[in-house]
Amino acid sequence: MSRPRSPAVSAAVRQGAGVAVATGLYGISFGALAVVAGLSVAQTAVLSLLLFSGGSQFALIGVVAAGGTPLAAVTTSSLLGVRNTLYGAVVSPLLGLRGWRRWAAAHLTIDESTAVAVAQRDPRAVRAGFWATGLGVFVLWNACTLLGALAGDALGDPRAWGLDAAAGAAFLALVWPRLATRSGRLVAGLAVLVAAALVPVAPAGVPVLAAAAAAVVVGLLSPAPGTRTGGDR
Amino acid sequence: MTPAAVWLTVIVASVVSLGLKLAGHYVPQHWLATDRVQRTSVLVTVALLVALVVVQTFADGTALVVDARLPALAVAAVALALRAPFVLVIVLAAATAAGLRALGWG
Repeated sequence: MSRPRSPAVSAAVRQGAGVAVATGLYGISFGALAVVAGLSVAQTAVLSLLLFSGGSQFALIGVVAAGGTPLAAVTTSSLLGVRNTLYGAVVSPLLGLRGWRRWAAAHLTIDESTAVAVAQRDPRAVRAGFWATGLGVFVLWNACTLLGALAGDALGDPRAWGLDAAAGAAFLALVWPRLATRSGRLVAGLAVLVAAALVPVAPAGVPVLAAAAAAVVVGLLSPAPGTRTGGDR
Repeated sequence: MTPAAVWLTVIVASVVSLGLKLAGHYVPQHWLATDRVQRTSVLVTVALLVALVVVQTFADGTALVVDARLPALAVAAVALALRAPFVLVIVLAAATAAGLRALGWG
């Protein structure tokens, strides 16, 4: 086991560390926003430990903040988590794990760990990149969540600090790279229309779910393109 | 939501999240390898996130309103177009809204 690291493995670990720091830092904003949304510090910390998927976590606290039902919050969060199923199917054969290690890898299967893993060519670098990113993000995301939750608790009126606007900006940043494709932009436009039309007439949480349902219909009905365009990780 | 309801939400959502991740690791790969499934999953993610942007920016209860959150979102979009890092985007958006409100608007 004391083989010197190949340059490819070292590069993968460095990439993972960089991604982990960037992602971890935004755990601070998640922690602060979660407390502002009405979660306790303990609930916020447990959410980051157990759910561990940024988009789903932001969505869950968004529905809670808007006064939605638990069912709407769980459904919205879970629909956003469906992409992790695809990621799992992609990285599982690359990692080749059994038993508890496979469960640990599953828990760490998120946008960032998948992206770094699949960007490597060397099989050992794939594994190193996955674990370095997954574990790095896990440690920093949870530490920063706690920090942000404690800070958010002490801030007072969140609107005075613009934290309500920060939540919208966070979602925009998450979706930004996915707007690079034409189909992404078309569905984004559709989602704006559906959500805006339903906010005045539907209970909290429903506008977001309806936009997702519209995307499912588009995805199932639209003709398959000749070749899949890259760029959607 | 009551604290108990929030706990229930947190725990159930976490269990579902791990279940979805495990499904990917254990389900035979070819089940998910179809183009249509992958394409639809990408589109659903986009729709959910965009709808959340709309709700977080324009909703005030069940009313659609324009307030300091809209210029904040515009600033975030410009920052993203200039490839600013995530944290900077968030801070700029919050600062924009906070600044406008300090000036008495929105």
